[in-house]
Amino acid sequence: MKVLGLILAGEKGKGLGKLTSKRASAAVPVGGKYRAIDFTLSNMVRSGIKKVGVLTQYNPRSLMDHLGSGKEWDLDRKKGGLYILQPYVSESERYWYRGTADAMYQNMTVLKRGNEDYVLIGSGDHIFNFDFRALYDYHMISMADITVMTKSIEGYEPELYGVVKTDDEGRVVNFEEKHPNPEGDKINLGVYFINKKMLMDLLYAAVPNGGCDFVNDVIIPNLSTLRIMSYEFTGYWHNVKKSILEYKKINMDMLDRKVSHELFYQNGKIFTKLKDLAPPKVTATGSVTNSIVADGSIIAGKVVNSVIFRNVEIRSGAVVENSIVFEGSVIEEGAKINNCILDKNVTIRSERTYKGYDEPLIFEKRQVA
Amino acid sequence: MADVVAMILAGGQGTRLGVLTENIVKPAVAFGGKYRIIDFTLSNCANSSIYTVGVLTQYKPRVLSKHLGIGRDWDLDRKEGGLSVLSPYAASSKGEWYKGTAHAIYQNMDFIDQFSPKYVLVLSGDHVYAMDYNEILDFHILKRSEATVACIRVPLPDASRFGTIITDNTYRIVDFEEKPSQPRSQLVSMGIYLFNWKMLKKFLVEDARDQKSAHDFGKNVIPKMLSEKRYMYAYEFDGYWRDVGTVYSFWMANLELTFPMPALNLYDPNWRFYTHSEEMPPAFFGKNSKIINSLVSEGSVVYGDVEGSVLFQGVEVGEGSLVKKSVIMTNVTIGKNCHVENAVISENTIVGDGTSIGVGDDVENAEQPDIYNHGISVVGENVVIPSGTYIGKNCSVGNFLNMRKMGIKTLKSGQNLRYH
Repeated sequence: MKVLGLILAGEKGKGLGKLTSKRASAAVPVGGKYRAIDFTLSNMVRSGIKKVGVLTQYNPRSLMDHLGSGKEWDLDRKKGGLYILQPYVSESERYWYRGTADAMYQNMTVLKRGNEDYVLIGSGDHIFNFDFRALYDYHMISMADITVMTKSIEGYEPELYGVVKTDDEGRVVNFEEKHPNPEGDKINLGVYFINKKMLMDLLYAAVPNGGCDFVNDVIIPNLSTLRIMSYEFTGYWHNVKKSILEYKKINMDMLDRKVSHELFYQNGKIFTKLKDLAPPKVTATGSVTNSIVADGSIIAGKVVNSVIFRNVEIRSGAVVENSIVFEGSVIEEGAKINNCILDKNVTIRSERTYKGYDEPLIFEKRQVA
Repeated sequence: MADVVAMILAGGQGTRLGVLTENIVKPAVAFGGKYRIIDFTLSNCANSSIYTVGVLTQYKPRVLSKHLGIGRDWDLDRKEGGLSVLSPYAASSKGEWYKGTAHAIYQNMDFIDQFSPKYVLVLSGDHVYAMDYNEILDFHILKRSEATVACIRVPLPDASRFGTIITDNTYRIVDFEEKPSQPRSQLVSMGIYLFNWKMLKKFLVEDARDQKSAHDFGKNVIPKMLSEKRYMYAYEFDGYWRDVGTVYSFWMANLELTFPMPALNLYDPNWRFYTHSEEMPPAFFGKNSKIINSLVSEGSVVYGDVEGSVLFQGVEVGEGSLVKKSVIMTNVTIGKNCHVENAVISENTIVGDGTSIGVGDDVENAEQPDIYNHGISVVGENVVIPSGTYIGKNCSVGNFLNMRKMGIKTLKSGQNLRYH
């Protein structure tokens, strides 16, 4: 089966505040060395997809720098490979993508040209590890026109998600976007599997008439005419851009061995941009408990319940608790941080103390505190 | 450095590393938490802008060849030049193994000639060091040298283990002695040679015709050049360099990396060391783990205590275990309540719960005291050690041994375990 992967990665992610002031939410660092998009991208590659288009829009520099030629995901290919699909100016003077359906519509050439039969649409913001081949099989067996990946609503706030109601055989009968009291009991995970020709037809029918959103203008109006099936996913799944608390929880979840086993080992690896850094070093004055530490970091202070990214320096006497420290940050001698998120290359000067209360305290990129 | 072709000799077995080089060639032996020994030489080439590199393999090259690939990890996948793995080959008349270091280069003269270089840099894939080859080249040009030998200064008594070099006060080489009993100089050869290619070619052809020659640079070619009064100079290198040729020096060089301010800086952003490594999540440290003075690589999961050790990728240390002054290679699993001290454990080995390794009396190794000494015990790759096993000091366990199936639970200090 030939499948084209499309990853929607153009959003800012308002819920993440300063973390997305200079990067799209798909490029948000997560789990010590990854960017959010690594999960969907790796899932697609491991599911046999050889051609992936990434639809970017909001501040894509960081994302593009991360993706490069796609080599880390084995996507630097003569045939297929990685395509970055940016909005562009053309004779029709259309420019920005006006929604998810419009974004795909504007890249119709990619859909037209390839020899793929199916399209898998995913998002760059989702943290999960899944082999999509199970979804393909379900799609075939249930004779679906479109298959939507869903998950039981338990543990998720309904007004932040699209909620799906299905009949006994799993067909979607109702779909509500961000409703506080929805009818259904499954959230939409934003992963769609669809015949390519059908997707093209649906886009041609919707977008020129102003229907720019894939869910509201393509899925929902066709619930009765198309056989839209729900594939229920039962594993770990979270969206990084919902809120800072959610974002922190995702990182802290990775300290749970069950979660990290599922995310990084069970179904195969999550690939990310390689940086040639030496193994992390814990010196004579350092101590690390219940934490993850990435390559290139030197720990001379105390680290508790934290996620430490690459090339971080925690000097002696410093204490880092319940915090997330991005690449290249330095916590100087005797400084103490608790419940903080340090963006890249932040410096916390010696002897300073910072503590986040209800929400973690966020330090912007290159900030010196 | 467009005029230079680097030739890395990577065929040596390294017999004094015992079980560590029983199945793989010494340049492919793991080092420093995520590297293999040859990574240092390859990274030095890339960092010195030498992008035409031949790697000469011979002994058990499987792991090495897989590691090298097309050289992409060292930025050596190039349209022009790049990395080439050069194995011994069969020609129409006869096929030949490389008979010596000089013969290995002689067999690949065609390879070098296709780049028409001015200089050929002969390197060894056996050493751990950080060196900018531009400096030896500048020295070579400045001295109008025809052959330059990189040297390092060692204490006089140690010099008898190496090829020693006697120079005049301009660093011109006047004499060369291979492993002398009474060394006359503290300068010893690092096995790094820079030659003018035209001249070297002439000597290689002559050496190949010489029936009595051992076809070795140190023993034959260098002395021959000296006897013909060629312009040869010694370039003194004063940076970090380790031969890691013995179990003890290998273990020590790894442990040195855990010391404060080690001589080899793996964290220098201007001199990175590149390697081919597996994609793994960051290292995880459990709730009750205590780690000091250690390197713990990606993919490792530590619940126990680790002290003064180097843990490679994917190592697991169970609850209640202590790993001290040890080198634990990729994907080794150490169970609960183990005590591992002064040990080197190779890839993929499984250590069952409650096992002790490297604990007990310091008894000299019965069969190979010259290999297994200083109280260090070495466990080979893919070994299965059942729960509750005791392994003493100065021991060795051969590769691929399943001690559970063999029914062996005790290996006293100074004993070797191998397949019968």
